[in-house]
Amino acid sequence: MTPLSGYLLVAALLFSIGLAGALTRRNAILVLIGIELMLNAANLNLIAFWRYGPHPEALTGMMFALFSIAVAAAEAAVGLGLIIQIHRHAHTTDLDRMNRMRG
Amino acid sequence: MQDQSLNTIAIAASIIMPALVLVPGVPMIAAGAISLMKQKRRKTAARLAIGSLGFSFLYSLAAFILVASRPGMNICTYTNWFQVGQSYVELGWILDPLSAVMLVMVSFVGLLIFIYSIGYMEHDENFTRFFCFMSLFAGAMLGVVIANSLLLLFMCWELVGLTSYLLIGFWYQKPAAAAAAKKAFLTTRVGDVFFLLGMVWLYSQTGTLLLYKGGAGAIEPAALSGLLAQQAGLGLTAAGAIGLLIFCGAAGKSGQFPLHVWLPDAMEGPTPVSALIHAATMVAAGVYLIARVYPLLAAGPCACGSTTALIVVTWVGAFTAVFAALIAVAQNDIKRILAYSTISQLGYMMAGLGMGGVAVGVFHLITHGFFKALLFLGAGSVIHGCRDEQDIRRMGGLRKAMPLTFLTYAIGMLALCGFPLLFSGFWSKDGILDAALHWSVARTPLYMLVFGALVTAFYMTRQVAYVFFGAQRGDEPAHESPRVMTAPLVILAFFAMALGLIGTPAWPWFRAFIDGRALSLDWHGFDEPGLLALMGTSTLVVFLGLGLGWWLYGRQSPAPEEQDALEELAPMPWGWLCDRLYVDELYEVTVIAFYSWWARVADWLDRRIWGGAVAGVAWAFRGWAQFNRFLDTNWVDGGFDKGCEELASGGGLLSSVQNGRVQTYLRILAGAVVALVAILIWSSRP
Amino acid sequence: MSLVFYVLAALTLAGALAAVTLKNTVHCALALTVAFAGLALLYLELDAQFAGFAQILVYIGAVAILIVFAILLTKGSETPKEGVYSKNSLAGLVMAAGVFAVLGWAVIESAKVLPNETAAPDVTVLQIGNALMGRYVLPLEIVALLLTAALIGAVIVAMHEKEETK
Repeated sequence: MTPLSGYLLVAALLFSIGLAGALTRRNAILVLIGIELMLNAANLNLIAFWRYGPHPEALTGMMFALFSIAVAAAEAAVGLGLIIQIHRHAHTTDLDRMNRMRG
Repeated sequence: MQDQSLNTIAIAASIIMPALVLVPGVPMIAAGAISLMKQKRRKTAARLAIGSLGFSFLYSLAAFILVASRPGMNICTYTNWFQVGQSYVELGWILDPLSAVMLVMVSFVGLLIFIYSIGYMEHDENFTRFFCFMSLFAGAMLGVVIANSLLLLFMCWELVGLTSYLLIGFWYQKPAAAAAAKKAFLTTRVGDVFFLLGMVWLYSQTGTLLLYKGGAGAIEPAALSGLLAQQAGLGLTAAGAIGLLIFCGAAGKSGQFPLHVWLPDAMEGPTPVSALIHAATMVAAGVYLIARVYPLLAAGPCACGSTTALIVVTWVGAFTAVFAALIAVAQNDIKRILAYSTISQLGYMMAGLGMGGVAVGVFHLITHGFFKALLFLGAGSVIHGCRDEQDIRRMGGLRKAMPLTFLTYAIGMLALCGFPLLFSGFWSKDGILDAALHWSVARTPLYMLVFGALVTAFYMTRQVAYVFFGAQRGDEPAHESPRVMTAPLVILAFFAMALGLIGTPAWPWFRAFIDGRALSLDWHGFDEPGLLALMGTSTLVVFLGLGLGWWLYGRQSPAPEEQDALEELAPMPWGWLCDRLYVDELYEVTVIAFYSWWARVADWLDRRIWGGAVAGVAWAFRGWAQFNRFLDTNWVDGGFDKGCEELASGGGLLSSVQNGRVQTYLRILAGAVVALVAILIWSSRP
Repeated sequence: MSLVFYVLAALTLAGALAAVTLKNTVHCALALTVAFAGLALLYLELDAQFAGFAQILVYIGAVAILIVFAILLTKGSETPKEGVYSKNSLAGLVMAAGVFAVLGWAVIESAKVLPNETAAPDVTVLQIGNALMGRYVLPLEIVALLLTAALIGAVIVAMHEKEETK
């Protein structure tokens, strides 16, 4: 098992944990936490490949990860703002209760 | 000269013969025309009826002259009517001495009765309908006379029966009249069934129903020999059996025992009807029929000198003659006496046919037609004069009130009794007695007929004594009838006397005419053995009867409530005779009872079994329809509905995936990712 | 596969696990912070120093704090009475397990074809700065725009509306 595989496995595990959290928790904020974990797992993948994979370009992986971090931050901000607004209207963050968009 | 006369005859034959169908046809067309008229056009109806019958009479007269000018002439025509399989059913008419003389008699007597009816039916409101039916009857009777085909004869026979029904029940509001009409129709029907059977048998054996067909007719020698060759059981040949079956039909129409029961009841009809139909013509149709198919009955005589069929005819006739004469003694209705007298005289005719042949029987038929019509019309005149009174115990002394009626009635009565020499009845009845004397089979019919003559004279005297002699027993005085009614009486009386002249042994014109022989005046005709003795015996018998009747009834006129003189002497036989020897009661108990039971059974069958079958089929159909409805509602509709429901719930099921919850969507997404990645990796393995 | 790697991996995973399973939401946020820290250390282990410090600055310094703020503002510290797991959460767990299975399988399968490991690329901050201003200047500007938009958007979204609060 190469180091790369190790890191990739860790990233996969992290990703699954984040996914599990997003899929199973009732609170909307915890779904967001799960999403953040998934994003981080992807970042870890990128950095791992930047370190151990082939290097046609020296900076690509790092740049990718940096921009990903930035975007993740923006997205977290907006998402949390939304959750706060929803909480103001529905007085709950329980996702099971927010089903008015059902078919 | 000979050639010229032959030529004339040939020309006349060629004109008269083809249009012979006009003789019955014109009165029938007149009947049709009258039926379309309104009831108030009485004069037109009467004129039409009399005019059409007058035309028939003149035509018949012309045909008669034609036949008389050539002795033994027998012209017949026939045409094909319709095809049945390979063979044809034919119709035709015949002009021979027998039919010629019948044509003249029927149309002449009928014409006189029509004229009489103008006076008799004047006060009746259904005048027009009367003449329509009478005209139809006349046409049908003339059709019977000229028919060459048994089928045509049967059709006209039935038509005669129908018009008789219509005319007997003319005053249908009277229940007695309606019942009498029904009885007449049904009783003659019984005879007609046998007639039809005989006809069918004859057709099946000979292949034709035409009587004369240039050698191939049903009663011509070729066919007869074929019929004689077959045995039909009971010692009869096929010819004899068929003849007897046809005789059954004649017995019904001519009122022979035991089918005589309808004739007395038929007196419910108007008197002209009784005169025409039940004295002169319709009842004579039976005798005429036997005369027509005589070759069938007379074929193949056995050693005794006569065939079985003719023996049966003779015995039935002789028995009827005596039977009816006895009953007539105890009747009190003027028309009923005459009705039973008619039955008795018809018995004489049948006996005459059986023993002496066509000429003997038919001569009596002709003379009887005239004097019986005269008697009935006279009775009608009496009834009219006594204001519709018909019981002789309530009449009396009419000799002075209605002299002309009395005179003509007396002439008719004497003719019927057979008063010697002057009256036609004597000669015709003696002809029958002479035939009985020379009958080789037995002597008894002779004694029966002589006894019958005695009784005839007796009851006629009784009737005349009651009606015309003595004091008036009725409530109101009678008046003489108008001339339109008495003129026919006079004419008929003349013929009742004069017709005898054509039947005397010295100058047997009638027999020669029928048989087609040449004729000459021959006083030696009287020299026949036993003839003078017979004439003397019958004269004696007549005087005896007249005397007895006068002694009992003529000397003092009985009071209305008093018992009849004969009744005093012999109450029990009187009672039997008064009740008409219980023949009607016998039928009531046997035939009618059986028939009502059978009708009930048939009704039960019809309602329960056939009706049940129909109801069962209907029930099965209903059940099937309900089953179909069940199938349709539950399976077809239900299936369809269920399918739609499943579809809807399937849609519901699918839409439940969209439950508005984010995490559900995410899960589905994750599942899709898993699947896609798996596929990707799997497909890209080296 | 050095020991440091295993320790750091364990730390990160433990933190992540705690983040998704704890009942108290604030504890979850704090565990998340631990996970982020672990990740940063992993980056450092991977010779991606800039990424590691950026991780610390942004994630731990901003995102985690933000999450804590959001939790506090939405009374997320209260445990709901039906439990912390949503309906049909088992399905979600199964899905996640499936995803891990697939990804793991992919990794292990591809391990056979991966090239040999190479030396770490030599990247300095100066190079990163030059690249950002040079080659990646467009993405940089776009990200800046994005951040601005996100900022304004978040403010508007989360703003109190005047009529409602009255």
